[in-house]
Amino acid sequence: MARMLMKGNYAAVYGAAMAGCTAYYGYPITPASEVAESAAALFPKLGRTFVQAESEVAAINMVYGSAGSGQRVMTGSSGPGISLKMEGISYCAGAALPCVIVDIMRGGPGLGNIGPEQSDYNQVVKGGGHGNYRNIVLAPNSCQEMCDYTMLAFELADKYRTPVFVLTDGVIGQMMESVTIPEPVKELPDKSDYAVFGTPLNKNLVNSIYIDHDDLEEWNMVLHRKYQVIKEKEVMYEEYMMDDAEIVLVGYGSVSRVLRTVVDDARAKGIKMGLFRPITLFPFPANEIEAFPERGIKHVLTVELSTGQLVDDVNLALAGVIKSDLYFRLGGNVPSADEISDKISELYGEEK
Amino acid sequence: MKKTMLRKPKGFVDVYVHKAGAEKDRTHYCPGCGHGILHKLIAEAMEDLDIVDDTILISPVGCSVFAYYYFDTGNFQAAHGRAPAVATATSRANPNKVVISYQGDGDLAAIGGNNIVQAANRGENIVVFFVNNAIYGMTGGQMAPTTLEGQVTTTTPYGRNVDTDGYPMRMCEVISQLTAPTYVERVSLHDAPHIRKTRAAVRKALQNAKERKGFQFVEVLSTCPSGWKMDPVKSMEWVKEKMLPLYPLGVYRDKGDEARVITRPVPVMDPAEVWKKLGISAEADVDFPRGDVADEYKKMSIRVAGFGGQGIMVTGQALASVALEYGYNVSWLPSYGPEMRGGTANCSVNIQDGTIGAAEAVKPTMLLAMNRPSLEKFEKTIVPGGTLIYNSTLIDIEPVRKDIKIFPVPITGIADDKLGNIRVQSLVNIGAYAAITGMFKVEDVVKLLPKLFKGKKQSIIDLNAKAVKAGFDYVKENF
Amino acid sequence: MTDAKYPRSEVNLDKCKGCGLCIAACPKKVLVFSPKLNSKGYHYAEYVGSGCVGCGNCFYNCPEPDAITVYLRNYDPEKEV
Repeated sequence: MARMLMKGNYAAVYGAAMAGCTAYYGYPITPASEVAESAAALFPKLGRTFVQAESEVAAINMVYGSAGSGQRVMTGSSGPGISLKMEGISYCAGAALPCVIVDIMRGGPGLGNIGPEQSDYNQVVKGGGHGNYRNIVLAPNSCQEMCDYTMLAFELADKYRTPVFVLTDGVIGQMMESVTIPEPVKELPDKSDYAVFGTPLNKNLVNSIYIDHDDLEEWNMVLHRKYQVIKEKEVMYEEYMMDDAEIVLVGYGSVSRVLRTVVDDARAKGIKMGLFRPITLFPFPANEIEAFPERGIKHVLTVELSTGQLVDDVNLALAGVIKSDLYFRLGGNVPSADEISDKISELYGEEK
Repeated sequence: MKKTMLRKPKGFVDVYVHKAGAEKDRTHYCPGCGHGILHKLIAEAMEDLDIVDDTILISPVGCSVFAYYYFDTGNFQAAHGRAPAVATATSRANPNKVVISYQGDGDLAAIGGNNIVQAANRGENIVVFFVNNAIYGMTGGQMAPTTLEGQVTTTTPYGRNVDTDGYPMRMCEVISQLTAPTYVERVSLHDAPHIRKTRAAVRKALQNAKERKGFQFVEVLSTCPSGWKMDPVKSMEWVKEKMLPLYPLGVYRDKGDEARVITRPVPVMDPAEVWKKLGISAEADVDFPRGDVADEYKKMSIRVAGFGGQGIMVTGQALASVALEYGYNVSWLPSYGPEMRGGTANCSVNIQDGTIGAAEAVKPTMLLAMNRPSLEKFEKTIVPGGTLIYNSTLIDIEPVRKDIKIFPVPITGIADDKLGNIRVQSLVNIGAYAAITGMFKVEDVVKLLPKLFKGKKQSIIDLNAKAVKAGFDYVKENF
Repeated sequence: MTDAKYPRSEVNLDKCKGCGLCIAACPKKVLVFSPKLNSKGYHYAEYVGSGCVGCGNCFYNCPEPDAITVYLRNYDPEKEV
């Protein structure tokens, strides 16, 4: 049977295996270690490569080598480890190499703690390392989506030759849900135009150095145009009870699940509330949020496990046309539905 | 075949097309640079061993950052110090190819110090050519890990002071401490006879690589006339006089015929085979037929709480696993926070049709309290009209709520006294849950036990089957 | 024998960077700095025209891939492709 009860961390690796990922390079870190552990369990069964690297930096540079060799490749980590990986992610972006990085966010800054936070938003969604680049960022909110979006991440990575993040937090990573394993991909894309194989007919070069200023500018423009195409074509989001909503909650990942409960509770009381959940954080569904005022939406409340990282993008899209508020919890604390409902009453109560 | 001429080897490309600027027929190296000499030896060996078309070269950061301009191989350019990591993955992806990690001393021994040691320790099937010229060339002559004591560089303007800068690092000695490397040798480019010895070492390393004999490490003492501010001929003398005493030449490791041939598995990619290997059946999932479940138990949000070791997590996972087989959507979430370590544990389980929102059972429809602190902590969170099951063996207080249904069940007692094994409490819980909610049938749960306890002995499975029945019967007989 | 056509060392004067390593390595001292400069402004090395024994030192000491070609004793232009 393809249906199994499994943790989000495991589901991501099943998704990778089904996507034809042939190599996993990782380093242990709570709460993402189970991603590496499940790869260590599954990949050898499939004759695929699992290496526990000596460091996060080594792991992402192995990803660079594997991606440059034409493989579908993955790594996973959490906040402090993602910070370290930024070197290699920038190189992958600069060399236009596809790869998938799973980030199971934890509390920061510094060592922080191992509770769920969403405080990697800025470093992941805005690029993170040096240079002008963006990562495609998918934000699953269930174990099934951990599997499905990891699989999708490989497709997008190859389509655009770019690093793709699967960004979620310790709640989704460590919870178990029913996951239906998708069928494995039948065919993998041909990468002989850029990947290095070491054959007589293939003398490709994987590289991010352009010593001439004009050459580097031109290459940056190629990347820049790519990101514009991604913005046009790959936006994903989910709307719940939005048709007549006057109050809209915005959140992603585990928070969006709590917000769904908040909306259900509000609707039971006759309050016109809806949920807008960005699934891609880059590209961000800015056009859809920009259209909120036209849809009769009066209030927008962003809820996140960070001190206002997501809300910056929401506000950029809203451009001050309607009031936007922020509610957040930190340090591993996840707000309860009641806590958010109380905040909504406090903010918008008299206008309801 | 005996050579009739010595000319630009075929390991080099004809025209350096990747090279920036107009001069695509000569290298970017300074006059007298040792890199050029080593490049030529490598290119010649690749031609003579007929591996040019089977080689992938990793260029580092340093003066040889542009090594890829010249070699007619597959080429990578890597981040500073990371060439061994890139080479690791490249070699794993292309197990039958010769993979060369070409590195300078700052790259290999400083910023990439861990990367080289770990790649060596894994015995990666790669060749490392390590150019030791005791200085950072590309960035303009700063101190390297291999810079000599007293040597003046731009960052040791008063000479390298070992009390503040440490001692020159001897990498062959470091690498040869490890078990995995096959071949480790230090050679030098300081005169014609030593260049011949270097030539032999390069050929040996590449021949070994062609035979997939693991990790090859050749350290090459080299010159940096520009960085040393010395003319090329004097630089050669400086290597001889200053470097040789500190960096003894010779073979540090040679496993010879003892060297293992490295083989890697072939990835399974066929879709049907992938599922088979992972034990995933292509047959459709068939749900157990559901029994009569009262409306109040159709959307469950359950908190299971107790001491660590009482099977709290297993109870939660078993609830979710069994409900899944009836076609419900389920979620299981372990507790976070200090109580995880402090001896108490709890988890949240949701069972319902339709999309599950918040995963944590903040306001549970059911609390399964296995000890007194859990009852005290969570009783107040149960929704009005909800259900409390508590472990009456260990909990010696009465619940205070009057607006909920309460089932005191001696869970620990049933497991310990009746079944003789305290570890089967989890399945006693499942039995009690089945009896109260009507959601599970005992025989269905029993059918699932081999899956739930995969790899466990039959006696354990049988005992847990008894536990389910005992929990079920207790509730049916007492309430 | 030293005035035979082969062995012979040939310096590609435009590619020579004038480092002098070949001159220092030549056991027969038959390579010298040219008094002339090449297009890059180096006093390039040149073969004096006789005396080469085909040892190859100049070739292997030269850091530039094709600044020096050595035609060995058994070189026969008729047989080269």
